[in-house]
Amino acid sequence: MSILVYIEHADGAIKKTSLEAVSFAHALAQQTGGGDVVAVGLGTIAEDQLAKAGEAGASKVLYVKDSNLDAGVIQAHADAVAQIYEKVGAETLILATSSLGSAVAARLAVRLQAGLVSNVVELPDLSSGYQVKRSIYTGKAFAVTTVDTAHKILAIKKNAIDLKTDGATASVELVSLDIAQANFATTITSTDQATGEVLLPEADIVVSGGRGLKGPENWGMIEDLAKVLGAATGCSKPVSDIGWRPHHEHVGQTGVKVAPTLYIAVGISGAIQHLAGVNSSKYIVVINKDPEAPFFKAADYGIVGDAFEVLPKLTEAIKAVI
Amino acid sequence: MKILVCITHVPDTTSKIQFTDNNTKFDKNGVQFIIGPYDDYALARAVELKEQLGASLTVLNVGEADTEPTLRKALAIGADDAIRINAFPKDSLFVASEIAAIAKENNYDLILMGRESIDFNGGMVHGMVGQLLGMPSVSPVMKLDIEGDTVKMAREIEGGKEYLEAKLPLIAGCQEPIAEWKIPNMRGIMSARTKPLNVIEPSQNQSATAVVEFKLPPAKGAVKLVDKDNVEELVKLLKNDAKVL
Repeated sequence: MSILVYIEHADGAIKKTSLEAVSFAHALAQQTGGGDVVAVGLGTIAEDQLAKAGEAGASKVLYVKDSNLDAGVIQAHADAVAQIYEKVGAETLILATSSLGSAVAARLAVRLQAGLVSNVVELPDLSSGYQVKRSIYTGKAFAVTTVDTAHKILAIKKNAIDLKTDGATASVELVSLDIAQANFATTITSTDQATGEVLLPEADIVVSGGRGLKGPENWGMIEDLAKVLGAATGCSKPVSDIGWRPHHEHVGQTGVKVAPTLYIAVGISGAIQHLAGVNSSKYIVVINKDPEAPFFKAADYGIVGDAFEVLPKLTEAIKAVI
Repeated sequence: MKILVCITHVPDTTSKIQFTDNNTKFDKNGVQFIIGPYDDYALARAVELKEQLGASLTVLNVGEADTEPTLRKALAIGADDAIRINAFPKDSLFVASEIAAIAKENNYDLILMGRESIDFNGGMVHGMVGQLLGMPSVSPVMKLDIEGDTVKMAREIEGGKEYLEAKLPLIAGCQEPIAEWKIPNMRGIMSARTKPLNVIEPSQNQSATAVVEFKLPPAKGAVKLVDKDNVEELVKLLKNDAKVL
């Protein structure tokens, strides 16, 4: 049995969430007694980058080198992956739950007649049928879900598995596909993306600020700490609503859901809608001058104190140890 | 122009999530149900487009009879008529194939819904409907304008957005800031009572997955507080105990 992994890339490098998907597929293959883990990359990607999928656990990488696929046109990517899936004779498709990955997976579920589970948080339990644990209610609960179809698609959530880094370099094989023009019915005219920064949905450490910071002019403190930690910056909903920070930094129920190993919340009280966006974090640190802030109940570590006083000290103290 | 907005009937975002019947059913006790927040954005944008372009606006939900107040609320906000597919929404495929069946009969130009429901968070229904109907599907859409038969959109991607164009017909999964939520006014609420709400039995009955058990995350231990004048202690904990630095 082969497992196909759809990998996404940004600026020519494979996304970490996609490498996690490769590691997930590798572990799943081990669980079912071996089998090929084939990764597929679309667009223009450096071949040495593609070979890195091998380190994460892929035995082979298929590379559809086609500049028409550089832009993430949902239908075109879905068509390409479906063609590869059939070519490989795969039975399972693994991909990362992401803006493009989820959109592609949904179309593929219908096309490949595959049962689809998204936000998968751990390897399937195959002891009685095929049971997959996924995150629901925005991280407030889990659902153990059976997949009843022969073909399966699992869209995995960040941190569902430890990234494997000790695999052998994979061979990269060029494949050309004929993708019908109808699949390019949507045209991407431009993109407006923060570059050179750590992207919030994929970050391992996130530093977020709330109204306690009193104004956008004070965000330098958040950015300084984030820089020292190699972290992404986020914010609460009120902060993005009043325009202190852009919408794509809004962490919460209706914003970005993050799953970092460390989430540092500064001057955020911890409304239930915000907590829903961060409850998949491994460790949470809360800094708030109000000892009654509900966020402390969801935190692992906390400091009751004024952000303006604590934050610069914390940044210096962290600088001293890393 | 004909617009269809598909909505979910979900627990209010402040609800405490609990399960009953041996963790196989959601506990509705004391829970207030609302239009899915993302669906509410889709509906608000659809009402704006209806006013701007003179469209008809149908709202649809796949759900049992207890979801009707949610559909009535959508009618009060500005939909012209409502359809309830009378079935428990088993999974994404189930919902998508029922929506696609209705859409095939009615030839909507634009189908909007939220990027995902806030109960199961799948975010899959719009893409599935798109594939079932052979139509483009775009999600998550944060801006949508129609000029002639061209739809101009902004879609959220990790760390930014991309701008897209497509021709109608089209399906979009929506999120903020596509429009401001609309609160129904008294006239809307009064007229919603008499607007048509058609109950249709499911015709496809397809599903591919099933939930066997719900689980709650383990309770979080008590927070470890560190004195504000001793931030070095926090750094030590993060480095040595949590091992995240």
